Amino acid sequence: MMQSDTYLPPVRVSVTSGLHAPRHALSALLDRLGPLQLDIEEAGTLELILAEALNNICEHAYSGQENSGPIDIACVHGPNGLQFQIEDEGAPMPGGRTPLGVSADVDVELADMPEGGFGWFLIKDLAKDVQYQRSGTRNQLRLRVAIGLQAAA
Amino acid sequence: MELSTHDDQEMRIISVQNSRIDAAVAIEFKEAMRGQIADAPPHIVLDLTAVNFLDSSGLGAIVATMKMLGGKSKLTLAGLTPTVSKVFRLTRMDTVFDLYETVDLARLDLAS
Repeated sequence: MMQSDTYLPPVRVSVTSGLHAPRHALSALLDRLGPLQLDIEEAGTLELILAEALNNICEHAYSGQENSGPIDIACVHGPNGLQFQIEDEGAPMPGGRTPLGVSADVDVELADMPEGGFGWFLIKDLAKDVQYQRSGTRNQLRLRVAIGLQAAA
Repeated sequence: MELSTHDDQEMRIISVQNSRIDAAVAIEFKEAMRGQIADAPPHIVLDLTAVNFLDSSGLGAIVATMKMLGGKSKLTLAGLTPTVSKVFRLTRMDTVFDLYETVDLARLDLAS
């Protein structure tokens, strides 16, 4: 059992972008966050937010196999949950900001049913304080996941 | 991507054997499904009992499967685990697909 006033030490995970990078990063992160004893719901939410953020980096910031590079994830546990900073050296977000992340319209004919465009909606719906900035040659995405709060109780 | 398929009267039950349908396997999943839906009966039940994680790419691949069927067969989903269910709920895809807690419940309902 964790002390009521202690937080997990900062966790850092780095992977090289690619088809399997999100899986590797998530597996390493969840492993390191093991002491928080997240329940299925919390772990699922966390995994979904990070999977979408990492997929976006692999598919857009580093588009294509030849154009790959580092993805560095830092996680700090505090009174408001888990604060993440995810950095990459890929292309900047178009327009210098994250997509709005509006929910895709599913009230349409079968042929028009959306097969994508859900990622940013899920991130913005599930994560808090989502902030993006370009710093030199790096993209920095910050977001907070309000889980692991019991340690601060 | 491992799928196991069997026909039960007017129903084809396709069970996903992998624990994840994510960006790493979404295209593979779509192609595997394409191979399983030829000459399908009127109802296809996609059994997701073994799947504990699905991201937006996986969701897109399931939507693509439904579109491949073009209305000739109806795609029903069964056995959604908590995180998978959450993705369908948040994206409102739970209003597009009929969802059943278990394959047996889907079978009962579709047989009646």
